Amino acid sequence: MARSPDPRPAGRLGGLAAPTLVRHLGAAVLAGVVLLIGSNTIGDYRDYQLANVAVYVVAVAGLTLLIGLSGQISIGNGAFMAVGGYLAALLLADLKWPLIAILLAATAGAAVVGAIFGVAAARLRGPYLAGATLMLAVALPSVATRFQSVLGGDQGLGFFIGVPGFLGPNVSPYRWLAWVTCGAALVTMVLLANLIRSRTGRSWRAVRDDEIAAALAGLNVARLQILAFVVSAACAGLGGTLLAMWNQSVSPGLFSLTLSIQLLTAAVLGGLGSLTGAVLGSAIVVLPYTYLQNQAISLGMTTATGSNVPILAYGAVLIVVMLAFPAGIQGLLAWMVRASRVRQAVRWLTGPLARRASPGPSVHSAASGHPDQRSAPAAEPQEKGTT
Amino acid sequence: MVEFLEFTLSGLAAGMVYAAIALALVLIWRGTRVLNYSQGAMAMLTSYIALTVINETGSYWLGFAVALAAGLILGAVVERTVIRPVTGKPPLNAVIVSIGLLILLEGLAGVLYGSNNRSFPFAYSVNGLSIGSVALGITRNDLFTAVAVLGAAGLLAAAFRYTSAGLRLRATAFNAGVARLLGVRVGRMLTLGWALAGLIGALAGMLVTPPLLNPNSMDAIFVLGFTAAVIGGLESPVGAVAGGLLLGVVLNYASGYLGSESVNLFGLAALLLVLMFRPTGLFSAAPARRV
Repeated sequence: MARSPDPRPAGRLGGLAAPTLVRHLGAAVLAGVVLLIGSNTIGDYRDYQLANVAVYVVAVAGLTLLIGLSGQISIGNGAFMAVGGYLAALLLADLKWPLIAILLAATAGAAVVGAIFGVAAARLRGPYLAGATLMLAVALPSVATRFQSVLGGDQGLGFFIGVPGFLGPNVSPYRWLAWVTCGAALVTMVLLANLIRSRTGRSWRAVRDDEIAAALAGLNVARLQILAFVVSAACAGLGGTLLAMWNQSVSPGLFSLTLSIQLLTAAVLGGLGSLTGAVLGSAIVVLPYTYLQNQAISLGMTTATGSNVPILAYGAVLIVVMLAFPAGIQGLLAWMVRASRVRQAVRWLTGPLARRASPGPSVHSAASGHPDQRSAPAAEPQEKGTT
Repeated sequence: MVEFLEFTLSGLAAGMVYAAIALALVLIWRGTRVLNYSQGAMAMLTSYIALTVINETGSYWLGFAVALAAGLILGAVVERTVIRPVTGKPPLNAVIVSIGLLILLEGLAGVLYGSNNRSFPFAYSVNGLSIGSVALGITRNDLFTAVAVLGAAGLLAAAFRYTSAGLRLRATAFNAGVARLLGVRVGRMLTLGWALAGLIGALAGMLVTPPLLNPNSMDAIFVLGFTAAVIGGLESPVGAVAGGLLLGVVLNYASGYLGSESVNLFGLAALLLVLMFRPTGLFSAAPARRV
């Protein structure tokens, strides 16, 4: 298929493209205001937890895009987080860069590693890709042990960024941490939301649903798959830097296989391919952890035993969700909204939010016909039923 | 030269365990097209059961037998309860369910037995064997490991080749639809495949767990066994054993000559190198992509 110039008149294109961006920006600004007000009222511990959730949101959003949109699996995105985190720690320790430059450089560095790995990954399918990413998650952190003099071995490297002076003494380090992480999460979400609604996003969905049909339609499948890995690795790199900041240090133990599996858990629980789901999934993976642990200990378990209760619970929830609601929590919510009588009212109220959620590989997600999707019917196939 | 021989032999000994895990994965993959990420966790749980029996009765071999039986049962139960509902669904669902099972089993072991290391007995002595004054780099226990894994693989191969149940298992793996038309109880065969894989996994767990057992002690072994299965090509039991031995030897050279912290990096390098030239592993037939 020859790429003809876009048949849509410029005015119409502009008229459609602008609301998407404006809508996403509007939602982000709204969320930003809520978070800003919220972070000032909830206290240090809650700020610390909020920051933890935001860190996960950044990394999980990239992973949910990779799995849900381009259809490639990665069990090893924790490795890209490690790349970002270590790069950031080195830049801070050796070059004393400012925070914003460190965040950007670590994101770019992880993206480069993602591109290199993505080239290899684009040749692999299904279990072979899963195996390669699993090994990546296990092997990459051991680089830090191998090059102990530079990367600090098992002890790791410190990563401490204090509250900047101009904010004065009234802003606690935890509130500052929450601002930085939530800000980064919002920027990531806006960028990804636009990417999902772009030509690239539609091409990813076409590749996911039928690789051969997508290739016949003129899409460069390998390049799209590599691009998905780059985007997902960039998000992971940013997330890794933020995790380093949250943890105030980087070490191989911080980026263990457990982290990679937690990212996958969050993406699946939220609903693959959905940014709203990434937020829900991250909150579910992060927030109840301490609560469950404390409940178990208060029931008479030792600390060592009680710390296993949340793990047990997450395993059980993951299995139940996959058997009962394969589209995750976001899919369940969407289904409930559609099934309910107040559907119209809810849709009117949450319109921008619902539309931000992209259709993932699920039967529940709405394939609502937006006008600008109609121009590319081949690249926007009907949702396949998974249940 | 002596050092090289030593590294090769101890590498083969380590590779035997990867081969056993890989064999279990291949058994399941051929039957159900599911990669069982919980294989290592299942083996960890059966090792805990064995340890309980050993501590109660004082008999290592009773514990060994109980572990194998528990593996058999656990495999069948897992297939019936959580895997059966996701077969035929998108492949990702099964991946997630088995990862969920991995987390569940590790959490369960942690709640039941605690997260601390427990000492786990070897089957045989771990004093290094030598011929004259030449150290071989392997122990009596390593020999037992090799005999047990090769024996299990041989028994399995013979059962697949010469028994009626083996024929039905092969028919199910080859084409479930046709097998069902020919009167094979496909569902039972899938359960049997998972049970056998659980047994092989439990064997691997008994062989590799000593000296220490904790809820995560099988993680690293599982990842390497998985790598071995992928290197061998997931379709082939022979490939699984060959991949396991190859990986064991390569990793042992890496750790012997370059230091033990390089092991995982070399595992990744070996995996990527093989997959770059053979994207579906060494021993798989030319892939036919379904349109």
